[in-house]
Amino acid sequence: MNALGVCLANGVPAALDTVPCVDVAAWRQWIIETCKGSTGRIVALFADAHGDRVRLYAIIGMDLQHELWLAATEVCARALHYPSLTPDLPEAHWFERELYEESGVVPQGHPWLKPLRTDRPYPFYRVDGEGIHEVAVGPVHAGIIEPGHFRFQCHGEKIFHLEIQLGYQHRGVESLLLQAPPARRAILAESIAGDTVIGHMLAHAHVVEQLAGRAIPARAEGLRVIALELERLANHVGDLGMLSADIGFLTAANYFGRLRGEFLNLLMALTGNRYGRSFIRPGGVLLDLSRTEIAAFQKRLTRSAKEVQAVARLFFSATSVLDRLEQTGIVETTAAQALGLVGPAARASGLHRDVRHDYPTGDYRSSPFPLVRLTTGDVYARARIRGLEVQHALDFLQRRLKSLPQEKIFLACGAAQPSAIIVSLVEGWRGEIAHVAITDRGGAFTRYKIVDPSFHNWMGLQIAMRGGQISDFPLCNKSFNLSYAGHDL
Amino acid sequence: MPDTISNMWTIIKNRLQQGYRTQAFPPREPLPVPFRGRPVIDPARCQSGCQACANACPTHALTTHPLTIDLGRCLFCQDCVAACPDGAITYSQDYRLAASRREDLRLRDAEIPKVHRLEEQMRTLFGRSLKLRAVCAGSCNGCDLELQALNNVVFDLSRFGIQCVASPRHADGLIITGPVTTRMRLALEKTFAAVPDPKIVIAIGACAINGGPFEGSPAVCNGADAVIPVDLYIPGCPPHPLTILDGFLRLLGRLKDR
Repeated sequence: MNALGVCLANGVPAALDTVPCVDVAAWRQWIIETCKGSTGRIVALFADAHGDRVRLYAIIGMDLQHELWLAATEVCARALHYPSLTPDLPEAHWFERELYEESGVVPQGHPWLKPLRTDRPYPFYRVDGEGIHEVAVGPVHAGIIEPGHFRFQCHGEKIFHLEIQLGYQHRGVESLLLQAPPARRAILAESIAGDTVIGHMLAHAHVVEQLAGRAIPARAEGLRVIALELERLANHVGDLGMLSADIGFLTAANYFGRLRGEFLNLLMALTGNRYGRSFIRPGGVLLDLSRTEIAAFQKRLTRSAKEVQAVARLFFSATSVLDRLEQTGIVETTAAQALGLVGPAARASGLHRDVRHDYPTGDYRSSPFPLVRLTTGDVYARARIRGLEVQHALDFLQRRLKSLPQEKIFLACGAAQPSAIIVSLVEGWRGEIAHVAITDRGGAFTRYKIVDPSFHNWMGLQIAMRGGQISDFPLCNKSFNLSYAGHDL
Repeated sequence: MPDTISNMWTIIKNRLQQGYRTQAFPPREPLPVPFRGRPVIDPARCQSGCQACANACPTHALTTHPLTIDLGRCLFCQDCVAACPDGAITYSQDYRLAASRREDLRLRDAEIPKVHRLEEQMRTLFGRSLKLRAVCAGSCNGCDLELQALNNVVFDLSRFGIQCVASPRHADGLIITGPVTTRMRLALEKTFAAVPDPKIVIAIGACAINGGPFEGSPAVCNGADAVIPVDLYIPGCPPHPLTILDGFLRLLGRLKDR
């Protein structure tokens, strides 16, 4: 492309000294130009302080070219600021708020530089006028869900504006990861978001393995993607159940709810835990499936597949369901693009974004995954995408189980490459999970950046509610089903 | 109209296919291998002087002399089992893990932690109808998902008269998940104050008991009992729905002593 940045591959480390450090104005210009023509998007944007200088890293994904680009610039500790990207590039909005909060570097001219995770005073946007009222919900919600605060500006039932204030789940994962020994790091990675144990652990394992130059046995790769797709199945099916419950279609809600459990139990048969904890470790996986276990696994999968298909047909063909889902909570393609959405939410709005397709690693290279895309961007599309992905995941699992190579499942990793940077992307069930690690001269982590797909998508939910009805909020919220813990870290 | 009839027919057909799926409790069959339930220590196999398991444990759940495992800290990973040269630690498929007192979670052999049932007056009040308000205070969402799963048709929590309710004012007690982040502390304290007396508090999962993987982070309080008094500890990462159910029912004195 040009000499401003360096081209990376997913999960392949680059020596830090190959990353050019360019002038702030050129860096900013490069990011905006790369993203504006809708060819690129921000995968990660963060700061790393060293000495009296703070280095800013931008990682841009060029999805159609299957290329990841990295560009860096530096600001001086005496002048911690740079001209904000957000006025020209809305998708930088949350990244710059985070960057400011984590490093103190001020993105000058940022239109909405509010707290993201800390409990500094939060100035909510307010709409004034006759008949306008405000609805405040949370952090403790009515259901069994994570904490967050929602502030609606309404006129009757109509929502003019929704603002979501997060950070209640902040546990300090990134800084804990830097201090922890390797065994504790794995456990932390598995606890970033409890519904995405496999996804986050896989991204972390790739970081450690690739920095150590360790190739993973093919059988372990196979078992890992089986776990990842099972996690996708359990969550997608669970989400369809929650959507059914929110529109009062309790028949499907109960069936989907039970079937979600079937997939969790399959994950338990593979890993010993319903969420797949303590299964993937840097170097491979810890448990294997025998030939008889695989046969039993396939049988259970076939039965559950049949049941899921029957319930999905029931759900997606009921006119009362379609009436509630269609034309509710629309995110137009242009908005989805501008906000930088990822995962099923992006694909429901017509965007071509899937790590398995754009930046495949491991098994996804040899057995390509069909990319599912819809264009309406409403709750229906976000539900339907899940239904279609469930089908593809089931097919993929059956194929994969048939052809697992006989091999070891674990090989220990050596020391990490010193002075390197690595970007590791995994398509979790919610979308793109990014882990970025930087090592020092001794090979220890000096910076570990985590971007959960929810981080890209929370703004999408806020925009989806504009002009909608407040009674549609639960439905819309479930159609995104974003992680609070994954966002808050 | 024909559309409605065909819809109804599909619903009925589906209902017949689904059948009756609610599981008996206690379950008739044990949970399958490789499920990692209560860890069992064999003191006879533990060689003195060896620290391998304690050194391998990522959350310092193990201490030696005598070999003791703290279920409140244990995340049920496989590091100690792999590290022990003598096979002194194994995972059983037993889902029973809950205890009323923090110290009762420290195990030295194959024992099952003790739950002291509520006193007479509390059991009269809550024994057949217990309403709980769940507060997620920094959990990764794992424990909350298992609590949600308890309400599905398989585990069907409400058949025991136990329900999660929307307001603390309607509740007889609180369920807490997560290590209690500094940002959630105030919300938790207020929710606790809003529950009318007498009330009970149940901490679910390693985070709510001891901070879990986040223990020692300046952003967390290392567990619920640092903020409010706890009546029941349910270990696990996350605990299986049966583990949670077993804890609830033993607290209410509704399971026979073993």
